[in-house]
Amino acid sequence: MAGITYGTIYAIVAIGFNIIYNATGIINFAQGEFVMLGGMTAVTLNQFIPLPLAILAAVVITTIVGAFIEIVFIRWLHKPSVLRMVIITIGISILIRETALHIWGESVKALPYFTGSSGSSINLGGVYISSQILWVVGIGALVVAALGAFFNLTMLGRQMRACAANRDAARLCGIDAGNMVTLSFMVSAAIGALGGCIICPITYVQYDSGTPLAIKGFTVAILGGLGNSTAAVGAGMILGILESFSIMVLPTAYKEAISIAILLAILFVKPSGIFGSAEAARLKEF
Amino acid sequence: MLRIKNVESGYGRLKVLKKVTMHIRAGEIVTIIGANGAGKTSLLKTVSGLIPARSGEILFDMKEIGKLPPEKIVFLGCSLVPEGRQLFAPMTVKENILLGAYPQYRKKRGDQVGDDLERIYGLFPRLRERERQLAGTLSGGEQQMLAIARALMARPKLIMMDEPSMGLAPLVIKDIFSIVTRLRREGNTVLLVEQNAKAALGIADRGYVLETGKIIMEGTAEELLSNREVQRAYLGRDLDAEGTM
Repeated sequence: MAGITYGTIYAIVAIGFNIIYNATGIINFAQGEFVMLGGMTAVTLNQFIPLPLAILAAVVITTIVGAFIEIVFIRWLHKPSVLRMVIITIGISILIRETALHIWGESVKALPYFTGSSGSSINLGGVYISSQILWVVGIGALVVAALGAFFNLTMLGRQMRACAANRDAARLCGIDAGNMVTLSFMVSAAIGALGGCIICPITYVQYDSGTPLAIKGFTVAILGGLGNSTAAVGAGMILGILESFSIMVLPTAYKEAISIAILLAILFVKPSGIFGSAEAARLKEF
Repeated sequence: MLRIKNVESGYGRLKVLKKVTMHIRAGEIVTIIGANGAGKTSLLKTVSGLIPARSGEILFDMKEIGKLPPEKIVFLGCSLVPEGRQLFAPMTVKENILLGAYPQYRKKRGDQVGDDLERIYGLFPRLRERERQLAGTLSGGEQQMLAIARALMARPKLIMMDEPSMGLAPLVIKDIFSIVTRLRREGNTVLLVEQNAKAALGIADRGYVLETGKIIMEGTAEELLSNREVQRAYLGRDLDAEGTM
């Protein structure tokens, strides 16, 4: 179950990567920071307002931060190179992390369990699991379903896909491609923040907890095939379960190494990802 | 409807268009013919806003559009069917068509889109059959029809087509050209850029000949068709050989 829980959160981070990748062709290495920011903001706000409101507010605030980042750092660049974008997004991630250090210090924080307490568990067909795990998996599934509906059924979602498929053609249809990029940052900041809120009762949150998540999420995005959000869910589960099984055979310290090992293996052996097609990978810029 | 005056544009340091001047009246089919690399595509890209005009003026419906981005120009009623179709390949045929109607939705005329869709399906019955298929899986001719359909959904006053016959079988080309004439009968204005000069002049009212970024000749379609220079350079008639016969 721990594997599926972590798998869900990895998948959510990976989907955040994919949304921005699809809209712009860049990897936003500050994606993990959105997760951290969501969790941190929710913890702080929860001291003043009830939990559901705190989560909602945290998501909204992180979304605004996402839009702000795109408008300030990305929008005015005309056809930047991939390397330049990588460096810029890594810079943004450091900036957010250091700002978070100044605001919240080094203390480790957590939201309370959404229902019940950390000690209580639910009997699910003979298996006892923590209620928070159900929240994580349930909300994760909802996010995936909602995004699917958004991209396939709404005009706005279709516009974003059109920009991803062919930017010039989208502009010729009257779609403002620049706004779509801002929107993609907002959507992925929002789902990152929501992900941060739902896992932080289990995993806790600290100013620098975004980076490892970004690496795991990136691994999952690559494993599933960049840009493919459905595959990211499968790949997230694979990584989550592999990690939790690894504890049985390897010392716990190696758990973190698993994802890096997978990332390297995939990049060497099949850069298009296990679900991706080689043809699609050839068309990508890197 | 469209008036282009001394327009220059290009990519980076490369100047492709050199003082191009031309115009299109409402209800006309005007064609621009020229060899590969003459600047035909650049001209359409400049008018549609994909590349900015460096100097000169482009007036559409008496409004200066030379500095506007493409998304604004579409809203004014000037649509481009780009070279190589440029469809949204991973999306369905219907989604492609509906995206073309985006300016209609924005102008709060979304209620007309249903009727427009029916009209388009009437014009291209094949697209209705393939409505749920991904655009990238269509044949070349169907893709071209879809690209035209997508542009028409914005209800443009002027529709510009860049090499609609490119890479298509002769029979399919005939279909596409008959659609162009039908569009004109229904009151559309068409700017047609073609390498297939003979077919283009066959349906056009007037034409311009573009060579290395300059307009070197203009006239009615009949004039151009009977012009010896045009015949030799663009219609593939070998006059010297005919003279010796």
